[in-house]
Amino acid sequence: MAYGTLTEIFFYLFIIMIVFGALVAVSSPILMKAVMGLAMAMFGTAGLYLYLNSPFLALMQILIYVGAVCIMIVFGIMVGYTPKQLAAYAIGPKNTILALVTSLLTLGVLQLGLSRTQWVQAQGAGGGDCSLAALGEALMTRYGLAFELISVVLMIAMVGAVAITWNGKRRGLK
Amino acid sequence: MPPELLRMIIAAVLVVAFVFLNAMILGYMERKVSAHIQRRPGLMEVGPHGVLQLIVDGLKLIGKQLVVPEGSNKFLFRLAPVLSFAPCVLPFVVLPFARKLQIVSMDISLIFILAMTSINVIAILVAGWASNNKYSLFGTFRSVAQAVSYEIPMLLSILSIILITSTFSLQGIIAAQKYYWFILIQPLAFIIYFISGLAETNRAPFDMPEAESELTAGFHTEYSGMGFSFFFLAEYANMFTVCSIATVLFLGGWKGIPLPLGDYTGIFWFMLKVYGLLFVMIWVRWTYPRVRFDQLMTFCWKYLIPFSLANLLITAVLVKLI
Repeated sequence: MAYGTLTEIFFYLFIIMIVFGALVAVSSPILMKAVMGLAMAMFGTAGLYLYLNSPFLALMQILIYVGAVCIMIVFGIMVGYTPKQLAAYAIGPKNTILALVTSLLTLGVLQLGLSRTQWVQAQGAGGGDCSLAALGEALMTRYGLAFELISVVLMIAMVGAVAITWNGKRRGLK
Repeated sequence: MPPELLRMIIAAVLVVAFVFLNAMILGYMERKVSAHIQRRPGLMEVGPHGVLQLIVDGLKLIGKQLVVPEGSNKFLFRLAPVLSFAPCVLPFVVLPFARKLQIVSMDISLIFILAMTSINVIAILVAGWASNNKYSLFGTFRSVAQAVSYEIPMLLSILSIILITSTFSLQGIIAAQKYYWFILIQPLAFIIYFISGLAETNRAPFDMPEAESELTAGFHTEYSGMGFSFFFLAEYANMFTVCSIATVLFLGGWKGIPLPLGDYTGIFWFMLKVYGLLFVMIWVRWTYPRVRFDQLMTFCWKYLIPFSLANLLITAVLVKLI
């Protein structure tokens, strides 16, 4: 078997992993299974990074998203609410419509961004310096602002988490 | 068949065989050392000084039925042991056993190992949750909280070595210890790393997730037969990985008194150092009592993290100055 076809097969395997994992994540009523689906999708994404010849990104994807974020999601919800309290939340048609609108809007914005962007042809093998040192320097100098903005997103998430728990306490949900 | 594929298959077989062998050696070591610490002979029946006992135990475990408890999530329950075992094998692929004994040479092998060991927590989470058992769930909670907390001082102490060597390649880090081992200039980082390693692998005195006297066996209470063995193998493989990273980062890896065929026989020094550290781990387990859970968290957040941060800061300043 040629080397090229083997990598093609892996590429499609990763795609199947991502789509299947995402489907499990949104359709499973059991939280644990949903998170496993999410982890699977993350693994698939890491595989795609590997396919694009960026092992550093792939490993970071596994370390951060599979190793930390997925665990935090499960942990947060398991500690936060008992199944009884979760069942008390009635999910009616209003929620379905809101969810549909939100996801369609997100899809529209992403699609807009994708179609408007002028895509630059990537340089071939050996075209750019992709070493760890070059990556670090680029993040700290040229893309410094973007790098710092990501940490602002993290801070907003933390403030949001605090706000949600405060509201929960006030409503006696604890 | 392409030679590269053949090489990968041979490597995979060797690595899995070594993981099993390692569990046998450590299992024997643990029982023998604990016995001698408690002034009793320990394993004596099967083979001379009981060396064949672990083989018999292994056969017994293979022969046992895997009981799936009532009301558990069947799929996740069966998935968890595999999920725990598979990532624990992978770090062995990049470990530098000697100058030329390394299966895959990566320039980010340290990150690879850290990423693979971080998957183990998810396996514990799945195992504890799928068992539908309160002891398992308690063990899981403790284990995850502990692993997530102790990962921070561990990474910070590794980072201070990375600042000195400015490479993530394990061979590169060994090469940087040409004149002295890094334990001499980073003793605090070594101590912090070793303590966090004990906690990460759920070893006593931090074995809260498996505390026998309160939780039966923690997250793997419901597992029998090979399900249990996979967790057992994974734990010992993880211990080996933690100790070999310590060896590479602080104790000069495969370096030692030169032997003939030095490119390959470095494995002797590597194994000697790793099993020396593993002996210390076992020694600690049978010497110190288990800590309380709040003590465990206090120790991590109020002592280890500030100390490792200070160590990192001082290292950064010194590296910049020199």
